[in-house]
Amino acid sequence: MQSISSRSPLGKGFGDPVLASQRCFRLILAAMSEPGTVQLLGEAVEAPAHVSPAATLVLLTLVDHETPVWLAPGLDAAAPYLRFHCGAPVVDVPSAAAFALVDGSSGELDLGAFNSGDDRYPDRSTTLVVACAAFEGGQGVTLSGPGIQGTRTVSPSGLDGGFWPMVAASNARYPLGVDLILSAGERIMAIPRSTRISVPTEAG
Amino acid sequence: MQKTVTSPLPPRDEAYNFAYLDEATKRMVRRALLKAVAVPGYQVPFGSREMPLARGWGTGGIQVTAAVIGPDDTLKVIDQGADDTTNAVSIRRFFARVAGVATTEATADATIIQTRHRIPEAPLEAGQILVYQVPQPEPLRKLESSEAETRKMHAWGDYGPMYVRLYEDIARFGHVATTYSYPVLVNGRYVMSPSPIPKFDNPKMHMSAALQLFGAGREKRIYAIPPWTEVKSLDFEDHPFEVQKWDEPCALCDAADSYLDEVITDDLGGRMFVCSDTHYCEGRRDAGHRGRLLGTDAGRALTRNEE
Ligand SMILES: [Zn+2]
Repeated sequence: MQSISSRSPLGKGFGDPVLASQRCFRLILAAMSEPGTVQLLGEAVEAPAHVSPAATLVLLTLVDHETPVWLAPGLDAAAPYLRFHCGAPVVDVPSAAAFALVDGSSGELDLGAFNSGDDRYPDRSTTLVVACAAFEGGQGVTLSGPGIQGTRTVSPSGLDGGFWPMVAASNARYPLGVDLILSAGERIMAIPRSTRISVPTEAG
Repeated sequence: MQKTVTSPLPPRDEAYNFAYLDEATKRMVRRALLKAVAVPGYQVPFGSREMPLARGWGTGGIQVTAAVIGPDDTLKVIDQGADDTTNAVSIRRFFARVAGVATTEATADATIIQTRHRIPEAPLEAGQILVYQVPQPEPLRKLESSEAETRKMHAWGDYGPMYVRLYEDIARFGHVATTYSYPVLVNGRYVMSPSPIPKFDNPKMHMSAALQLFGAGREKRIYAIPPWTEVKSLDFEDHPFEVQKWDEPCALCDAADSYLDEVITDDLGGRMFVCSDTHYCEGRRDAGHRGRLLGTDAGRALTRNEE
């Protein structure tokens, strides 16, 4: 699709940083405003190893030298890419991160390890970019709250069995909590802390 | 959405970065906007920048619009409900120049509507973004001058003093005297100032299909109401919230459902009531609705080139 740059082993960032980041931002804003809707980030990008194009575009759009990033084990190959393209400091401690890149299939993912803000400044919380496999085929969960007319059922696949109960427990602490941007391929879906999550109990 | 663009697509002034703000500032505003959407009604601090328009001209709203707008957007700007005031025209020209975007006066054709003082009468649609210029974002400021204290009150949901103040009004006047910036409770959690819109417009914020973004430049705050969010005007069981009502319909378009401005028509105390939302009023007249003064001298003074 696009040729690999011969100069950098890192892969290319935005072709047109100004307008591509504006287009991506509007789609991220739409995702965050209407939790559970799927948005296609169609910009051409060379993503680092083990990171989806959509997750890469989210980070290119929002991250810079002011926003420390934490990378889950296995995704640390993204560190040079983020330093080069965004100037972002990569940190070792999840609670110090403004953004985190994590794998939703991992049983190790612990939302409690991140910054959930404080009651005077709930905005000082981590935004997590969470890899999943696809936005269909997984366990259905029902969402309600701001941005949702009535309820919305979503079923992303490739998430650990403990993922949704953990998100539901985190969001029960509203207005504290973390905001999630799920990514798969070129698509994203946001689950902000304001979303109430109903996980069906397993029969038998 | 079908676009009937009122103005031709202007050339963008290449001397400026797209939409004027530099990319680092846009990212900072964009991050604040996402947090504002994630915590509806909570005021997110942001590093407000100087803008090439005088303060009081809505620099907070302009920065929000600049961080959001793209070349494919169609922008509408209103001030007191009108598209043709100096303030609205200046902001529209600014974005036509620095972003090369199409501008319109038609509410339904706009993808972004920047506003001071009003919410359009026509219901907003999914996908539209309403950007408010906010002079004073803190609904508790009249009760408590200290920012540290108001932040604590929001943190703990300590809104008792606000209800006491509203109830004191009822005790004195028989009703809540506040008619502008009437406070609302957003998503059952944060008390928020809707900026100086008339309380008539408050119900339009509740469960709106559009995304509502608020920017306060001087006070360096951004807040938001996502679509389909509960927005409740503060009230009491024995004194429920009520919007303003008028005894007569619009003198130009006969609307009985819109917010009316009082206009003095002569030196002898003559007056008429007309829609504050000029585009809404024009649309009704185009559709054949006629108010009692349409076609008279008094009516002609307000209807530009129409018969
Ligand atoms: Zn009218």
